[in-house]
Amino acid sequence: MILVVLISILFLGGVLAWISERFDSKLPRVIALAAVLLDLLLMLSLVGADAGDSGWIVALNAQWLPRFGISFHLAVDGLSVLLLLLTAFLGVIAVGSAWSEIIERPGFFYFNLLWTLAGVLGVFTALDLFLFFFFWEVMLIPMYFIIAIWGHENKNYAAMKFFLFTQVTGMLMLISILALAYFHYVQFGFFSFDYLDLLRVDTSGAIGMWIMLGFFVAFTTKLPIVPFHSWLPDAHSQAPTAGSVILAGVLLKTGAYGLIRFAVPLFPAESMAFAPIAMALAAFSILYCAKVAFAQTDIKRLIAYTSVSHMGFVLLGVYAWNEIALQGAVMTMLAHGLSAAALFMLAGSLQHRIHTRDMRDMGGFWARVPRMSVVALFFCIAALGMPGLGNFVGEFLALLGAFQANLPMTVLATFGLIFASVYSLWVIQKVFHGEYSSAKFDDSKLIDLNRRELAYFGAMMLGLVWMGLYPQSFLDLSAAALQALLAGTQEIVSTVVQN
Amino acid sequence: MTMTFDDLLPLLPLLIVSTTAVLLMLQIGIRRSHGLTVAITVIGLLLASVAATLLSATNQQVTPLLIIDQYSLFFTVICALAAMFISILSFPYLAQLDDDKEEYYLLLTVATIGAIVMISSNHFVSTILGLETLSMSLYGMVAYPLHSKASAKYPLEASVKYLVLSAVSSSFMLFGMALIYAQTGTLSFSSLTAPGVDTAVSLSDGYSIVALLLLSSGMAFKLSLAPFHMWTPDVYEGSPLPATAYLATVGKAAMFVVLLRFVVRSDALQFDAVIAVFSIIAALSILAGNVLALLQDNLKRILAYSSIAHMGYLLIAVIATFVAESTISVEAVTFYLLAYVIMSLGAFGVASVLSSSAQELDEISDYEGLFWRNPWLALIFTGMLLSLAGIPLTVGFIGKFYLFFAGVESALWALLLVLVIGSGIGLYFYLRIVYCMLLPVPATSESRVAAVVSLSSYGVLTILLLLLFILGVYPAAVMSLVETAAALI
Repeated sequence: MILVVLISILFLGGVLAWISERFDSKLPRVIALAAVLLDLLLMLSLVGADAGDSGWIVALNAQWLPRFGISFHLAVDGLSVLLLLLTAFLGVIAVGSAWSEIIERPGFFYFNLLWTLAGVLGVFTALDLFLFFFFWEVMLIPMYFIIAIWGHENKNYAAMKFFLFTQVTGMLMLISILALAYFHYVQFGFFSFDYLDLLRVDTSGAIGMWIMLGFFVAFTTKLPIVPFHSWLPDAHSQAPTAGSVILAGVLLKTGAYGLIRFAVPLFPAESMAFAPIAMALAAFSILYCAKVAFAQTDIKRLIAYTSVSHMGFVLLGVYAWNEIALQGAVMTMLAHGLSAAALFMLAGSLQHRIHTRDMRDMGGFWARVPRMSVVALFFCIAALGMPGLGNFVGEFLALLGAFQANLPMTVLATFGLIFASVYSLWVIQKVFHGEYSSAKFDDSKLIDLNRRELAYFGAMMLGLVWMGLYPQSFLDLSAAALQALLAGTQEIVSTVVQN
Repeated sequence: MTMTFDDLLPLLPLLIVSTTAVLLMLQIGIRRSHGLTVAITVIGLLLASVAATLLSATNQQVTPLLIIDQYSLFFTVICALAAMFISILSFPYLAQLDDDKEEYYLLLTVATIGAIVMISSNHFVSTILGLETLSMSLYGMVAYPLHSKASAKYPLEASVKYLVLSAVSSSFMLFGMALIYAQTGTLSFSSLTAPGVDTAVSLSDGYSIVALLLLSSGMAFKLSLAPFHMWTPDVYEGSPLPATAYLATVGKAAMFVVLLRFVVRSDALQFDAVIAVFSIIAALSILAGNVLALLQDNLKRILAYSSIAHMGYLLIAVIATFVAESTISVEAVTFYLLAYVIMSLGAFGVASVLSSSAQELDEISDYEGLFWRNPWLALIFTGMLLSLAGIPLTVGFIGKFYLFFAGVESALWALLLVLVIGSGIGLYFYLRIVYCMLLPVPATSESRVAAVVSLSSYGVLTILLLLLFILGVYPAAVMSLVETAAALI
């Protein structure tokens, strides 16, 4: 029941926030903050709870559309709980970052923000594939509105591209889901879209690979991985700060979650046959996007490309499909969620102050805004994978696991860490070091971080340090869930690997 | 053959609508009153749909011409309600027309008679009878503001174009029917290769195929399937908005029910050539509709091209009826038609509320900033457009889900791929309209909002929006209704 409560708090909070705008334009943000904080507190009750024999901490299964055997099936295990926490935490941060930035039509903004988050919570908890697809699409429309209304100079193009990429690949996934459900009908004699039922479907045969690819394309578009990544730099650079935070921190993770929960367990044999290609794509994505990031002058586009690059490690870890690699993928998701969100917020707050994102115009900010510079340095170092911070743990584990599965691709991917240092430090050098000159912009509003900003950057720093110094507390949470996923596919995977 | 009361009872919805038409004619003769005419029309159509609902257990062949079963009653309710909604929307639209307004509702009611006859027909005679009744009235509705001083568009051009092409396509259909009659010796919808047909007398398969192709190309004209779609954008653009809405919803739905019934009963899809032609028509309609809509700036033309594409989507499920054993594909057609009627009616309804017979808001740019000028209408319009695009939470998504399911079940992979590509392109122009509504309010907009604000029209649109969401989130009840109805066809 708590899962329904969590999702409906956000849906209702969104509606309330929209209505409350009529009374006071400052009310929506308060309501939005209250809703996400409430969610975060409620989620804490799920942390560390015993999963029991079924493997699910809490589950809810009600009939929805009996004609097709579709049920309203929500359930969470340790993996979902971690991602739920990330969603709610970044939800709070996103509301904070929008607090003074969104002045125009705040009611509708917070409505969209909360509905996006609600859709994401649904994606992380749905165990019926129809329901999963439903939430998968539900989170798109509010995000489209966020980019299209509150975005920057080229918002129409960016919002449209975002929507088209995710929607079209989503339809491919829908066909795959339906084909899987139809196979279930043929093999077992009744319709079902339930994850646990569909796990039993035998997809062997030429068509199994195509069905798997439907899922793969949808998830790697969201993740994103080259060649499906081109929507992301546009969407990120045009979105308002809170939108970028949600996009980078949470929405990308739904793709990774989909791969771990659905794409591989539903099609273990096909996935393992496909793994070398997936891992090659991952390695290519890591190196190529790191290179492209280095060539950017727009600071938000740069961070966007680094996101794609880092997500390559997640894909690498998932298709290595062993426990260490999966733990690494999950840690990378969490750590990248915080570090990328923080970097986008820094870029956003710079843009809010000086109205440009062009790094060629910037330089020497350390003297003007020392606190901001220190924060930026911290998150850049986190992103480049400095030991002691969360990203290092994630990427290290992902590479360690992938090493057992595919040596050449792991070696190639490791070079990504070197490139990451180059572009991260380059940002610091370009923006914060060098000569200060305000020739290209109006610096009258260039002031240092205020207390509210320091508070949420501080919280994110704390999170990264915790993940870096004591990752075990996170690894323990997801271990049982990942082991269960591995156990379910072990038999088939081992035969494929031996051949 | 004598008619008994038992024969007449299933015809109650049809009789009520006919009586309404007679009443309207008398009322217009005695005393003209726009309000009274609308009231009679609305009550008559409402009663007809209530009667159809009450009869829902009926399954009876009334005379060889009409079949009254759950399927026909289901669509009778849909068409009667849609016609009722359109007459409510027409009232403010026509209010400023400087000409007599009452006959419009008479035409609308007579057109509805035609639609109900078509929906209930399993015989070529009643098909043609219903079709011509519907079309004849539609020519009048399309050309209605003709003598008004300030008529919005080109009603005469639209009407004549529709008349000529409609007559041509009817003659195609008639020729096809004649050939089928020569083959089977009966005018009822029956299998072309059933045991009853004497194979010694009957002609070769090629003959049947020609007959079927003639018949289906005539139907494709009426349904505006590519490559027979050329008339659609012009007629949609030239007609007054409520007439366009009628043509696009009731007109299309009635014709599609006939097509579905005929295809299922006649086993037309046993011929590979027919399947191939249908597949090509479906793919062409989807691609042509969606691609050509990209080039338009006129809302009515966009919706016209979008309806071409939607008819193509539906045809995929029709093709799936032969390949699959289960009834899912028939259900898919049924549910999608319902969804299509709801969302088209909503989309045209919003445009109609903002327009009047003297001035139509049919350029996309007219809708700039609607989200901030009139949030409620903009929300309804956004809902309808997202539903046409097939986004979840709306009925359009469930409809598309049905279509995909029918396609997957029958393994029509190539057509499904076309469907995905077409929907992807379609998203672009639907979102373009949504984006336009999100833009800041232009400075000159105030003068362009229609003067008449009608609460009843807002009520109709709100009901449609609620239907859109309820059927999009919890369609289980309607699904089981559709399932039982589809089993009978």
